[in-house]
Amino acid sequence: MKVVVCIKQVPDTKGGVKFNPDGTLDRAAMMTIMNPDDKAGLEAALRLKDQYGAEVTVLTMGLPKAEDVLREAMAMGADKGVLVTDRVLGGADTWATSQTLAGALRNMEYDLIITGRQAIDGDTAQVGPQISEHLNIPVISYAQNLKIEGDSVIVERQYDDRYHVLKAKMPCLITALAELNEPRYMTPGGIFDACKAEITVWGRNDLKDVEDSNLGLKGSPTQIAKASDKVRKGAGEKVTLDPAESVEYIVGKLKEKHVI
Amino acid sequence: MNLEEYKGVYVFAQQVDNIVNSIAFELIGKGKDLAADLGCEVTAVLVGSDVKGLADELAEYGADRVIVVDDPELKEYRTEPYAHALASVIQKYKPEIFLVGATAIGRDLGPRVSARIHTGLTADCTQLDIGDFPLNPMPGKEQKHNQLLMTRPAFGGNTIATIACPDFRPQMATVRPGVMQKRERQAGVKANVEEFNPGFTPNQNYVEILEVVKAVSETVDIMDAKILVSGGRGMGSPENFKILEDLAEVIGGTVSCSRAVVDAGWKPKDLQVGQTGKTVRPNVYFAIGISGAIQHLAGMEESDIIIAINKDDTAPIFDVADYGLVGDLNKIVPALTEKLRAELANKK
Repeated sequence: MKVVVCIKQVPDTKGGVKFNPDGTLDRAAMMTIMNPDDKAGLEAALRLKDQYGAEVTVLTMGLPKAEDVLREAMAMGADKGVLVTDRVLGGADTWATSQTLAGALRNMEYDLIITGRQAIDGDTAQVGPQISEHLNIPVISYAQNLKIEGDSVIVERQYDDRYHVLKAKMPCLITALAELNEPRYMTPGGIFDACKAEITVWGRNDLKDVEDSNLGLKGSPTQIAKASDKVRKGAGEKVTLDPAESVEYIVGKLKEKHVI
Repeated sequence: MNLEEYKGVYVFAQQVDNIVNSIAFELIGKGKDLAADLGCEVTAVLVGSDVKGLADELAEYGADRVIVVDDPELKEYRTEPYAHALASVIQKYKPEIFLVGATAIGRDLGPRVSARIHTGLTADCTQLDIGDFPLNPMPGKEQKHNQLLMTRPAFGGNTIATIACPDFRPQMATVRPGVMQKRERQAGVKANVEEFNPGFTPNQNYVEILEVVKAVSETVDIMDAKILVSGGRGMGSPENFKILEDLAEVIGGTVSCSRAVVDAGWKPKDLQVGQTGKTVRPNVYFAIGISGAIQHLAGMEESDIIIAINKDDTAPIFDVADYGLVGDLNKIVPALTEKLRAELANKK
């Protein structure tokens, strides 16, 4: 059984956020981590490796430095890493990103593709379902549990007030919630091996059945009109009073605003 | 693609168990504003099994027209038949704008549909306007008018971006529930109702539903509450939420919470406010023992009045609070409950 996990190196949102003059993200200027939902997806794949001997490949698209996130995944136990990096792929929206990853996946063997539900930088949750559409395979989003049964995968799919237990024939794509599991740590031996491991690096020409018009900034249907730091509503009053005065204060405000 | 052929604002009228989700009415409400700017109609697309009877309700909330895609394959939500339904509607009717709720269903359905018909999709929008793109004239670039400008937070609410989709149609967006205003319901108003069935033949992309497990919940949806009494990690223990429940009961509110509380297993996820929980905009939001991580603020800062109680006077919640009290919640909250109980008893 072969599992490909799509992972993304994302800016740590606790650090500052920086933009290029054209409004796209200046990823080079920010601290990075492995996207949390993707890490849960990777852990799910590694459990399939533990249980069924699945071969786990991690795939990412990004700047050359995104190699680091592949090595981190390999130190956790992934077998292979593939980095798709090319200047012409930059500035991609979710359409162009999913086209790129689908183009790479057409050159790979897989029974199961796992992505995180969403990345903490864009928060779109679009790339996983879009890849599945381009590859014409079923998708199950928001997986909170998964197991294998013969040639099928059985997944608990979360909704607001319920979950569905779904069965899909493989190959199939699943998007993982961070709640799916508790990701393991890298092991010292794993880190050692991962440092020496060979990473496969692909460029534009290694993508299969994708037109130039669907790649990068030029192939992105959505365009940024404006991006800025969020302007927050200003702080109101802040007071430090003893409990009795605090109560008077709140009740006074609630009356003033006709809440009571 | 001839962009001129694409006309009208369409919204996906999400229903589950033949009950229309509130997001459908919110999308119709916003759709009416956009349609007024463009001089066109709002069409609701209702997808399901035996759902035709719900069309009147959509009309009463403002839909000018309802397209009903009714088929037994659509009884429970599954990605493939629903994506086929929407993609077929789009191919046949050619909408200019197509809005979907950013629910657990819409965030799965939207991307699959947009990928099928090759257009852009902007996720989790909190504001939609009609305007020019680029916003200001740029040399060497045609400025297009009457474009859908889709505004959304990113980076966990740290930044805000406005996105356009100038060269593809429909312009598609998923919209955060609880942000757009629905219209007053006008009883008896009718819409043109049209049935359309593109045919549903199961293929390898149809998944099998083995079981539907509904969560048993007696709680009020926090998105509908007028007053929310929200607790965070500072509550100290799940038992201590009792003081919030007492306050909520006296003032006619509902208890909600922060992500830390859900992660700790103190409260269920459907009570969580914030980026990964629900967006709320009650009349009054009490933030009690909540420090105010940016992801939390993203889900509640549109509340009309925010009252924060926290012992840490540097807590970021005070940056958005209208009234901030630095102090011990364990002393203030019970005393506040008693005082309000007395005040409200006097009023009767």
